[in-house]
Amino acid sequence: MRLSSPHLPVQPTVPQVMRRVLLGLIPGIGVMTLFFGVGVLVNIAIAVLTALLAESIMLKLRGRELGRFLTDWTAVVTAALLAIGLPPLAPWWLPAIGAFFALVFGKHLYGGLGYNPFNPAMIGYVVLLIAFPTQMTLWPTPLGVGEGAPSVQAVLTAAFGGSLDSFGGIDALTGATPLDHVKTQLGLAMTVSEAQQGRMFGLFAGQGWEWLSLAFLAGGLYLLFTKTIRWQIPAGVLGGLALISGLFWLGDADRFASPLFHLTSGSAIVGAFFIATDPVTASTTPRGRLLFGAGIGILTWIIRTWGGYPDAIAFAVLLMNMAAPTIDELTQPRVYGHKSGRKRRED
Amino acid sequence: MSAVMNIGLGSKVWNFPGGLKLNGHKQMSAGSAIETAAIPRQLILPLAQHIGAPAKPLVEVGDYVYRGQTIAAPDGYVSMPIHASSSGTVVAIEARPVPHPSGLTAECIVIETDGKDAPLPTPELQAHPDYRQLDPSHLRNLVRQAGVVGLGGAAFPSFIKLNPGPGAQVDALILNGAECEPYITCDQVLMREQADDIVKGAQLIMHAVQAPQCLIGVEDNKPESIQALEQAIARLDDARIKVVVVPTRYPQGGEKQLVQALTGREVPSEGLPLDIGIVCHNVGTAATVWRAVTQGQPLISRVMTITGGAVRQPRNFEVRIGTPVSELLAQAGGTHSEPARLIMGGPMMGFALSSTEVPVVKATNCILATSQQEIAPPEAAMPCIRCGECATVCPAGLLPQQLYWHARARDFDKTQDYKLFDCIECGCCAQVCPSHIPLVQYYRYAKTEIWEAEREKRKSNQARERHEFRQERLEREEAEKQARLAAKKAAIKKDDDKAQAPDPVAEAIARAKQRKAEQQVAADAQPMDKPKAAKVDNVDDLIAQAKAKAAAKKAASAKKEDAVEAAPVDDPVAAAIARAKAKAAAKKANQPAEDKPAEAKPADKAAADDPVAAAIAKAKARAAEKKAAQAGADDKPAGEKADEENDPVAAAIARARAQAAARKQEKGE
Repeated sequence: MRLSSPHLPVQPTVPQVMRRVLLGLIPGIGVMTLFFGVGVLVNIAIAVLTALLAESIMLKLRGRELGRFLTDWTAVVTAALLAIGLPPLAPWWLPAIGAFFALVFGKHLYGGLGYNPFNPAMIGYVVLLIAFPTQMTLWPTPLGVGEGAPSVQAVLTAAFGGSLDSFGGIDALTGATPLDHVKTQLGLAMTVSEAQQGRMFGLFAGQGWEWLSLAFLAGGLYLLFTKTIRWQIPAGVLGGLALISGLFWLGDADRFASPLFHLTSGSAIVGAFFIATDPVTASTTPRGRLLFGAGIGILTWIIRTWGGYPDAIAFAVLLMNMAAPTIDELTQPRVYGHKSGRKRRED
Repeated sequence: MSAVMNIGLGSKVWNFPGGLKLNGHKQMSAGSAIETAAIPRQLILPLAQHIGAPAKPLVEVGDYVYRGQTIAAPDGYVSMPIHASSSGTVVAIEARPVPHPSGLTAECIVIETDGKDAPLPTPELQAHPDYRQLDPSHLRNLVRQAGVVGLGGAAFPSFIKLNPGPGAQVDALILNGAECEPYITCDQVLMREQADDIVKGAQLIMHAVQAPQCLIGVEDNKPESIQALEQAIARLDDARIKVVVVPTRYPQGGEKQLVQALTGREVPSEGLPLDIGIVCHNVGTAATVWRAVTQGQPLISRVMTITGGAVRQPRNFEVRIGTPVSELLAQAGGTHSEPARLIMGGPMMGFALSSTEVPVVKATNCILATSQQEIAPPEAAMPCIRCGECATVCPAGLLPQQLYWHARARDFDKTQDYKLFDCIECGCCAQVCPSHIPLVQYYRYAKTEIWEAEREKRKSNQARERHEFRQERLEREEAEKQARLAAKKAAIKKDDDKAQAPDPVAEAIARAKQRKAEQQVAADAQPMDKPKAAKVDNVDDLIAQAKAKAAAKKAASAKKEDAVEAAPVDDPVAAAIARAKAKAAAKKANQPAEDKPAEAKPADKAAADDPVAAAIAKAKARAAEKKAAQAGADDKPAGEKADEENDPVAAAIARARAQAAARKQEKGE
């Protein structure tokens, strides 16, 4: 209830902000569907439905107002962000379980909107990555590589439990992602340039993947221009990733992939603009956001290079989520009339 | 001119962080000339129309008063007189609804006007057309007697801001004509129509504070006002005064923001513009000061805006102070419909009125009767999603999301870590909050709670002190009684066990003495936070501190709208505490003097025959003497009220108080 000043009507609303994030995802989802098939849309549909169902149940159990919170679009955003990280040939239960964990364990058990310390979409993603590593790494070959994007029938068959034999089996439809490939090849003592040979690689990164990154970049810039997000977190993530990968690449270009490859591969762009910018779990001070983003960028590179998983945005984001409150505490801006931003209690 | 060159202020406009571009809605009311509102049938004049102590009524029910007659006198240094806005009969001195966010009632003098608007046969205030002959302290007195307060909305007694104090160097006077709040246009039209008075007022204030130059800050959405001021400056041919055009951005007219925009300097936290060589007044105040001094006109009317979607003919009125809002609405052609919300002040910082029967007071710059579409509908807030937009627009550089988080959790220490008290309550944060959280309300709540806790602490400290005084007194009396008994005994049984009697008595006395010594040490250790008051002795200082604190608190709560509940309760309590403290001090001072003869007698008697008793008596006499001496010193402050303007001690106290009070006044448009 707002009866005290200011009295003017307030323009932005939470649902508006969330709808803008979804709008920003559209180019990326479009390109992804083009390169990887309609499995992308199936995943999103299943995840969104599960998320809304889980949200309703949890709101009901927690005695919250269903109408207001179910229509705030936050569950849809979480589900969409989770779904675009899943392989587009996944069985139906993969996005369902992911969305369920994201909403129930990642969000509502912490108190719902605004109270979750960890990015719910990434909670769901990491649960799936740890519990179902096989299914999570079966990425279809993109358009222009191998068999190309799987057909609608193949996607539906894969999603709802049919046999993929008539499509040549799962192995014919899937292949390693470029990040995966480079990691494996480097493990086999090949150089980066040797690893990046072949049709799997396009102009500067993975075939298809590079276009996907550019599409998400376009959506991210839309968010920036509409001031839905501020520049510090994306700049931090990309800057951090570019900086550390650049340093090592300059040191040894045979063993370390170039910054450009890192920036346009995997989920670096989508992570920088859409995932790390989740306001609830990120740092909120201007300097803090830069640090928070840089931390994600650097951790991503470290895990990609030396960790057990090919991509690492999810882990990096969750790790930095833990650090966000401390970062906020230490990066208070200087207040008008004070000499420094450091906190000092007078007595 | 050389000073101007040296300082170089006014040649550049600085930026302040954050802020908002808001739709001004100014064309609604700025179109027509200032109109004189009719004198209402009844004038309601609250005794507290300024920051500081309410005035004391000088009239009684049934008295006939003339226009401009002082009907209430200031009560203390940070207090102002009230004048009758028109002639008529005092029909009531009672609690009436006053403009206040909580819809409180407060003491008002109600005048039934007789329509004659008869001026005083002999004016109380003399006109001083050549103010340059007057010394600054005389000028200040005139401004005070005229009841002039800041007309920008804070209503801080203007004469205090005309007193930079000895040794203070004023680099520039700033006149605030920014008027950044949407809808309000009273300063805009005033600058347009009465630019000469404003510029002359600037000259007068520059004379009073010895400022080498004056900057008039005006937002660039008021070209006519800027032009009028520049023409007035040219007419008066005063190169020291300069109009500085600043961008239209809320809260450009916040005192701190305008100072920053015009000088690049920041008013220190908990400090005053004077600390950085700046004196800041509203343009309307300048004109009023000029009329008060040169024409002997007390503040009985002001220009204010009546506007909003519900008003048929939005415009600016010259209104007699005390006119009920309902009369003004009627004179503005009435309303299209019941106003969705009736707001006093602007839409960003004003407060909703619960009744149209409240009067216009000295601080009222706008009555905003809104239509449904113009205001935020009452709605439940969503949880904070920590988007940080609030921090982006905060002109003070605060983190409103963190302040909210901790205020909500009642973690008030943490809110102070995040500099809660640097919040100027401009409302930018709430205006961009996608969750529609009433952020400012949370900050006011936190501030009120912190003040409340501080007051509780002070109260319990005082209670403890009082208890200790009492304990000490009882113990001392007991010791004296025993001493008397012992002396008597000793006198009767001269030769019997001499050693027995003195022992417990001496011990008791030693105890009492030791306690007293400790108390003295504690008192000496009291920090003196006002260096100017350092010369004043301890008790004076304590009283001054208590009073200053009380005044500051009162000033602060009077301004901060949500301190509401606290304010009216708070004030008398704080005052009572200060009084009680003074009384206690006085009592302490007097007591030993009264005790002395009583205890001296038996002691003397004893001295004649008993060496031990004699020693005791001597010691006692010494103690009493010491106390009596102290009493002499203590008597002064508690005893009489010194004239603040003349007495150096009182002046120091007053200055300390004023400074503390002024410190709390954050937005002095």
